[in-house]
Amino acid sequence: MNLFQFCYGIIHWLVDLVNHLWYWLGDVLPGALGEFFNDVGDLAASHGNISVFAILLEVIVIVIIALINVLNFIWIDRKFMGRMFDFYGPYYVGYRIGGWLQNLADGIKLFVKEIIVPKKADKLGFLLGPIIFVGSSFLALATIPLGTRFGIETSPTDTGVPGSALIAFAFFAIAPFSILISGWSSNNKYSLIGGMRSAAQMMSYEIPLLLTVASVFLIAGSFSFTGIIDAQENIWFAIPLLLGFVVFLVCLVAEVEVQPFDLPEAEAELVEGWTVEYGGMRFGLFMMTSYLRGYIGGALATALFLGGWNGPHIIPEPIWFLIKAYIVFVIIEWARWSLPRVRVDQILNIGWKRLMPLAVVNLMIAATFKTLGWF
Amino acid sequence: MWINMGPQHPMTHGLWNLRIKVDGETIVDAEPEVGYLHRGIEKLCERRTYTQIIPITDRLCYGSSLTWSHLYCLTVEDLMNIEVPPRAEYIRVAAIEMQRIASHLMWLAAYAADLGMLVGFIYAMRDREIFIDLLQALSGSRLTYNYPRIGGVAHDAPPNFVRDSLRACDYMEGKIAEYEKLYDGSKVFMMRNEGVGVLSKEDAMNLGVTGPPLRASGVKYDLRKDQPYSIYPELDFEAVTHPDGDCYARYRVRMEEMRESCKIIRQAVQKMPQGKWRVLAPRIGPEGTGLGRVEDPRGEGMMYIVGNGTQRPYRVKIRSPIFVTVSAAKHMLLGYKVADVVAIMGGLDMCIGETDR
Repeated sequence: MNLFQFCYGIIHWLVDLVNHLWYWLGDVLPGALGEFFNDVGDLAASHGNISVFAILLEVIVIVIIALINVLNFIWIDRKFMGRMFDFYGPYYVGYRIGGWLQNLADGIKLFVKEIIVPKKADKLGFLLGPIIFVGSSFLALATIPLGTRFGIETSPTDTGVPGSALIAFAFFAIAPFSILISGWSSNNKYSLIGGMRSAAQMMSYEIPLLLTVASVFLIAGSFSFTGIIDAQENIWFAIPLLLGFVVFLVCLVAEVEVQPFDLPEAEAELVEGWTVEYGGMRFGLFMMTSYLRGYIGGALATALFLGGWNGPHIIPEPIWFLIKAYIVFVIIEWARWSLPRVRVDQILNIGWKRLMPLAVVNLMIAATFKTLGWF
Repeated sequence: MWINMGPQHPMTHGLWNLRIKVDGETIVDAEPEVGYLHRGIEKLCERRTYTQIIPITDRLCYGSSLTWSHLYCLTVEDLMNIEVPPRAEYIRVAAIEMQRIASHLMWLAAYAADLGMLVGFIYAMRDREIFIDLLQALSGSRLTYNYPRIGGVAHDAPPNFVRDSLRACDYMEGKIAEYEKLYDGSKVFMMRNEGVGVLSKEDAMNLGVTGPPLRASGVKYDLRKDQPYSIYPELDFEAVTHPDGDCYARYRVRMEEMRESCKIIRQAVQKMPQGKWRVLAPRIGPEGTGLGRVEDPRGEGMMYIVGNGTQRPYRVKIRSPIFVTVSAAKHMLLGYKVADVVAIMGGLDMCIGETDR
C-alpha cells in the first residue's frame, strides 16, 4: 500500500459517510431535486473526485512531516550549537523532552508580534517576497519521496513524479528571486545589498550544483528520485562520485545560505541582510523556511548521493531517509558554527574558479564510469 | 551610495558611526564619527577629590578598566611625588597584565564574532573568565575594579594568588596554542585577514596610531620598553612586532602579546616581595602638573593633571589611544569591500568609552 492508497482509503471512507446524507436527501426529495442530490452523491463517490482529495491529503501529510522536521532541525541546531559552545541550548520549555518546545514558544511569540511594513517599502513586493520564498521551498519538497511507497503519487502503481529531481531543483532555484524582491522592496540599503549578494551567489553556485547533479543523472539514467535511488541499491553514488558529493555539499551550503556562505544575511556587516525590515511572523516564515531549505538540502543529498531509503530493512524506509538527511544537516551545521564567513569576491572566486572545474571533472568521471559500463 | 554603519550597528561595538561610500561593494570613501558616548568624564573629574576620581577612571573603558585607574594613580603619584612600595608595584603590574590578557581575549571574541566565527567568540569569552576571576579575587569586582590607590593598591593580594596566577598562565599558554590552531588553521580566516586593511609604516606613524596596530605595522614602539614605568625594566619580555600591517598582523601581535603578558605575570608574582602594599597619600594635591603614560591594551594612554593646591584637580586631560587610531580608518578602508569593514575596524579593538570619554 502506498501513500496514495492510504489517503484514497481515508477520503473514500469520508465520502461514503457524507454520501449517506446526499442519497437520503435524494430519496426523500421529490423529482428533479432528488435526482440532483443523487447526482451529487455519485459525483462525490467518483474515482476522479476522490483521487483529487486524496492527493490534497497527501500534500497535507508531507507538509506536516516537513514542519515537524523543521522543528526538529531548529532544536538539533540549537542543541548542537550549545554543545559546541559549552552551554545547554534550549532547556526549560519542554523540560522532559530536552527543550524541544522552545521552538513552538518562539513561534507563538513571533505570531503575536505586529507586522510592520516600512512606509517607503513597495507594499506588493514586500508581501510577495515571503510568499514566493515559502511557496517555492514547499513545492520543492513535494517532489521528494521518503520511501518507495511514501511520496506524492497519483495512482496505486505510481512511483513518484516523473523527472522529480529536475522539478525539485527548478523550485529550489526560485528562492534567489524572492530574496532579491524582498530585499529590494524593503527600500533599505542593507537589504538591497543583501538581495544583490544573494542573486550573485545563487547564480554562481547553481551551475556547479547542477553539474554534479547531472553526473548523478548520467550514472543513474533517470531524472526521477525513485529511479536514482533504485540505481543506488548496490552502491551509494557518494562512493564513485566522492568529488561530486563534496562539491555538491559545498554548493548546498551556499544554496541554503548558512554560515560560511551566509553573505546575504551577514549579521556583522549587513545587520540581517535582506530580512532586516521584516518583523513578526514574516520574519518567522523566513527563518522557518531557511531551516526547511536545510531539510530539503539534506534530503536532496540523501536521495542523490547517499542511497536514499536503501538500508537494512529492520528500520522502515522513511526513517532511513530521514536519518541520512539529519546527518547531512548536522554536518552542515557543524561547518556553520565553526567557520568564519567568506567575503563576497572570495565566494564568487570559490564558485567559479574552484568548484566549477571540479564539477566538470566529476562529470567526466561519471561519464567514464558510464562508458566503461560499471553502472 | 552612502551607508551608515552605526550608531546602532553590530559592527560598532559601542556607539559610534562609520559612514562609508560604496561603489557596488567597494569602499570609495569613509568617514568615522565619534562622540555619541561623551559623558564629560574630564569635567566630572574637576568636581571630585583625588580619591573619588579613581572609580570614574574605571568607567573610561569597559574592556580594560584597571589600566585606566592605574594610569590615573600613576599620574597623581607623579603630581604628589609619592613613592609606591615595591609590593604594590608588583601587584599592579600582575593585575594590569591580567587585564591586558582579558582585554585581548575580549577583542578576540568580538573579532571572531564579527567574522562570523561564533565558536571563537564563546571560547575566548570562556577563557577570559579565568582572568576575571583572578581579578575578582584580587579586587572584589569583575568589570570595574576600583583597585589601585594613590600610593599603592587597595588590598594585599589574597592567599594562593601566586599559585592561581601561575596556573592561569599555564592554562592560557595552552589555550593560545589552541586558538592558533583554530584561527590560523582555518583557511577562511586567513582569506579574510591576509592583505586586508594594510596600514603602512609611514601612515601609522604620521597618523599617531599607537599600540598593537602600530606594532603590527612594523614599528617597535612599546612604552613598557621605550619609556618604562613601574617595575617593567626589571622584567624580561619582548615588544611584539609584525611587518605586514594587515589584519592578520594585528591578530598575530595581540596573540603574541598575550604570551608576553603571561611571561610578565609569571615573573611579577614570583619576584613579588613582602612588605607594605600602600602608603598613605596626602588628601590635598600640590600646585603643579603630573603626567602619566602607559601602554594600554589598545595603545598609548596618557593623562595630564593640573593641581591647584586644593583637594580637587584643576584639570584632568585624558589622551585616548582609540580616538587617535580611528582617524586612520579612512587610510585602511579605501579600496576594500564592505565585508572588510568589520575585519578592519574590529581589528583596531575599538572601545568607545575611552574614545568619547
